[in-house]
Amino acid sequence: MTNTLHRFGNAQSFKDDFIVFAIPTKVKKDPDAVPKLHRFLEMALEFKPVNMGDSRHGGAIRPSKHLGPLAHWMRDNKPDFRAVIDGVSTPSTCAAVFDNKEAAEKFVKRVKEADLGLSVNISTSIDGAVECCDYADLSRHSIGYSLGFEGKTEKIPDASTASLSTMCGHGMISHSLAKKMICFVKENRRTPEQAAAVLTRFCSCGVFNPARAKRLLEDARTGHQVA
Amino acid sequence: MKINPNKCVACGNCTYVCPMNAIYIDPVMNRATIDRDECVECYACFNGLSQEHLPPGLVRGIRKVLSVLRVRFDPEPDVCPTAAFEPDELVWPRVVRRAFSDPSVPHESTGVEGRGTEEVKTNDVTGRVKVGDVGFTIEFGRPGVGVRFREIQVMCWALAKAGVAFEKRNPITSLMSDVPTGTLRPDILDEKVMSAIVEIKVPVAEAEDVVRLVWQVEKQLETVVAIGVATRCNDDGTETVVVPILERLGYSPQRAKTNIGLGRVVTVEEKELVGAAKA
Repeated sequence: MTNTLHRFGNAQSFKDDFIVFAIPTKVKKDPDAVPKLHRFLEMALEFKPVNMGDSRHGGAIRPSKHLGPLAHWMRDNKPDFRAVIDGVSTPSTCAAVFDNKEAAEKFVKRVKEADLGLSVNISTSIDGAVECCDYADLSRHSIGYSLGFEGKTEKIPDASTASLSTMCGHGMISHSLAKKMICFVKENRRTPEQAAAVLTRFCSCGVFNPARAKRLLEDARTGHQVA
Repeated sequence: MKINPNKCVACGNCTYVCPMNAIYIDPVMNRATIDRDECVECYACFNGLSQEHLPPGLVRGIRKVLSVLRVRFDPEPDVCPTAAFEPDELVWPRVVRRAFSDPSVPHESTGVEGRGTEEVKTNDVTGRVKVGDVGFTIEFGRPGVGVRFREIQVMCWALAKAGVAFEKRNPITSLMSDVPTGTLRPDILDEKVMSAIVEIKVPVAEAEDVVRLVWQVEKQLETVVAIGVATRCNDDGTETVVVPILERLGYSPQRAKTNIGLGRVVTVEEKELVGAAKA
């Protein structure tokens, strides 16, 4: 799962994008992995995440298999964090997404104190992760750098669209839908929050950042390029 | 994946949500249709669209009336009003499309969801990338382009020829019929997937050559490539080995995934050992 690594944008663009995830390795199985993952997510709640998820069951804003017709006028866009926590039934990667550094720092410190024994990673700007480690008095163990996108980059759309669609590194958020949501916001057919919720539902592991998406959509409405 | 023509009302919502742009409204049938060759079986349509279960005849009738009046209903854009998507029974080799494209399905070869790799995310437990090593993830197909295994094989051949060893616990490696030459099974070469990751590990001294080789090969491919470079940090948490190499190559890394070293080995056997020692 490098699905949080290659997000389109520069370091400044990740000022409101901090993903902290816990992963039990499949190589050496921890028999208590599931309760530890529950605890990890419960602790995250204290710091007001904007999304949470596990890689098997999805994020905090999910599609519905039985939507009522009134949803077209009264759509529920509230994240259901409890559903995420209760849904973790097998060892998988669990993530919490924060829209500010302070919350991420405090959460990392809390996770360190809890000493769960799970591998924990921070996906954000390089400096952002260093600051989280400094706050928690941790030394980085390993690091995986993103070198961005290469090859036939002419097949990648404009920066606003790519910044939205690459927030699901599994590619579940199509460029077409991201573009459509930018158009919906431009035409004032949907608010940035509503458009961000639509995109969030397609992220099947809960690492999409609806707060950053809202900011990007607001910028795109007035033609601002991403930063 | 298939769309039931008896249920589809040609609302067009699904045409936007397909990451491969493989869904369109057939002008003759006036039904949504999937280009099976381009579809990567990611299930974004089936899993991502919310579903209503409205009577198709009624919805078509209302849409027709509104269309005649040039009135446009503005429904939620992520809804299939008649639950028209129906998963296919996938057989080999098409089933590899889903394994590499639907993140909710774990890879049989590694047990890991998504692209099926752990990389340095668990390096504090596995010790996969050690001091002096540089781990590479070379990912093909994303964002939103896709890739066929035939193209991945071009890169694998080049890497193998350069003497690079492939990570054993990786789904691409598990599909090689001849790992030393980087040759993939012939029956999957035309299959298209959302994305796939080749994982390798080399000594620091060879890292620059690997990047230059990837640059050379990616020019021959019709897809996008995303390189991830992983390394072990110094004991004080600094990283002074890889960044200078990347900067020399012209990169200015902005984002990273940082393993903060909280993992430790806790297996049943080890728990028992600890218990026995305490007793």
